[in-house]
Amino acid sequence: MPAGTPPIITCRDLTKVYRMGTQEVFALRGVNLDFTEGEMTAIMGPSGSGKSTLMNMIGALDVPTSGELTIKGRPLSKLSRDELADLRNETIGFVFQQFNLLHRASALANVKLPLLYSRKPVEDANARARECLEMVGLGDRMDHRPMQLSGGQQQRVAIARALACQPSILLADEPTGALDTKTSEGIMDLLTGLSTDGITVILVTHEDEVAAYASRQIHFRDGKVERDERKSA
Amino acid sequence: MKLGVAFRSALEALIANPLRSFLTMLGIMIGVASVMAMMAISEGAAKQVDDQIASLGASNLTIAPGASRRGPRSGGASSDQPFTDADVELIRQEPFVTAVAARNSGSVTVISGQDNWSTSLYGTNTDYFITQSLSVAEGRFFDDREVSSGAAVAIIGKTVADSLFEGTNPVGQTIRANNVPLEIIGVLESRGASAGPGGDRDDVIIVPINTARNRITGGNPTVAKYVNDMEVGIADGYDMTDAQEQLEARLREIRRIAPGGADDFRVFNIADFIRARSSTQATFGVLLAFTAAVSLIVGGVGVMNIMLVSVTERTREIGLRMAVGARGIDILGQFLAEALALCLLGGVIGSALGVGAANLAAKLGEFPVEISPRIAIIAIGASALIGLFFGFFPARQAARLNPIEALRHE
Repeated sequence: MPAGTPPIITCRDLTKVYRMGTQEVFALRGVNLDFTEGEMTAIMGPSGSGKSTLMNMIGALDVPTSGELTIKGRPLSKLSRDELADLRNETIGFVFQQFNLLHRASALANVKLPLLYSRKPVEDANARARECLEMVGLGDRMDHRPMQLSGGQQQRVAIARALACQPSILLADEPTGALDTKTSEGIMDLLTGLSTDGITVILVTHEDEVAAYASRQIHFRDGKVERDERKSA
Repeated sequence: MKLGVAFRSALEALIANPLRSFLTMLGIMIGVASVMAMMAISEGAAKQVDDQIASLGASNLTIAPGASRRGPRSGGASSDQPFTDADVELIRQEPFVTAVAARNSGSVTVISGQDNWSTSLYGTNTDYFITQSLSVAEGRFFDDREVSSGAAVAIIGKTVADSLFEGTNPVGQTIRANNVPLEIIGVLESRGASAGPGGDRDDVIIVPINTARNRITGGNPTVAKYVNDMEVGIADGYDMTDAQEQLEARLREIRRIAPGGADDFRVFNIADFIRARSSTQATFGVLLAFTAAVSLIVGGVGVMNIMLVSVTERTREIGLRMAVGARGIDILGQFLAEALALCLLGGVIGSALGVGAANLAAKLGEFPVEISPRIAIIAIGASALIGLFFGFFPARQAARLNPIEALRHE
């Protein structure tokens, strides 16, 4: 890690407790992590180890029971609901395992969606959405609906959507979980390329081949960081 | 998100579920249509009353014998002391009075050749043509000389003319009213049907008052030259209430009623009675419109119900929109726009249906209807308000969803 650069994301003593009847279930038990700008990280671990919970918190979709998360120096606990919405819009791009595209809308309209909610003036939302679709190699599929696209193509639309507002952080929760191996490679090449362009990419996976694309691998177990390894350059 | 974008995505969502959108709209459509139809009918009735009052002459007062019973009597002699020609002349001397029509009325059977016809007969003087703003289509009015001599002449209304003479000119012909031969000297200009007293105002025979009381309807055994009632024309611009009070005071003098004694006559404005009666009609109309408004509210509840279903169904979509940066207000706006679009569309279609229903009612039930753009604007505006009101709760529920829970929703 280059010294002196402040981390883009910091996690301090993050815990998350779910109450299931009288039982308390700990999804996270005191997680401390820093993420450097432009780094590509894979979070691994068995299901229920807390990796998705952490992703949702970094994505400002969920709030910790205790502890503090800061993104670009802003503590999330101090932000209002609207400020969190704006943070998700401007700073974070989210890619889901199940793509989560709007079925009725074309690929272009799906990519345009975050731009419609942008508080910053967007000169030409159509042009920006087209640009993003071309970036993920779907320049010739703009008017297709999700149903008319393959799984890999749908995930590319989802990535284009995540990129629409030029985020500095891209979060991908099992992005290849619903895809075959060959298609997965294409998606991972795309994510690696984005990381090289300076976007901080964090992905959750339980496949070693997918994790191998990342320069840093964090292993979770029982809501705690078990191993945190960086590839030697 | 911009308003236009919100409405476009709302319309897209409605088109995506056409049958459901239509059924939801149906409630609003029926509500708006019935409000429109009811208001058109009730306004039509109100307009008819206005026309009727205008045609009766709003500046006439009626004087009739009889104490404290309100409203015009259905006819027939009163047991109270009747008025006479002398009273008519005294009233005519009041400065604010322009005309005094003495009037004796009765029902007669009129015979012409083989045909006979039952109708109302008015024995009156020439002032009656003024107070009733009459004009003749054929022939002429009778004159003062004929009134005092009790000439055997008659003016008939169009309905009587059509019934007895079918196309031929009745003027100059003779009819028999209660076996008294009368020469027809004029046919009245048609005044049309009316919902007011008398019904068909062309179904009438007018004869000089002396002719009526001496030969046709029969005299009053106790009083010579008796008069059933008087119609008094009041000068333009003169206050009707003042005129009424002055006439009452004058009549107490004429009839020598001691101070504190009860009036044995009534002075009233016939327009007031029509208004009073039409106000019950108006109340009825308002009641009907209110009932229709209840159906509009039921339609609104239907909209709310479907919007709640829609919010539940689209929880994941809402979660996704939040994940890409939609604020609560954006989600609120989206669902409000949907409810509003549903209701506005339903309101517009319902208004068209309401106009159709009102016209149909006018045709079938022979109601007068009055369709004004004002009613359409009110009806459509009301449905828009219903959309906002009943759309708000589901929309707020959508806006308050927790993004991560919404995304995980199955």
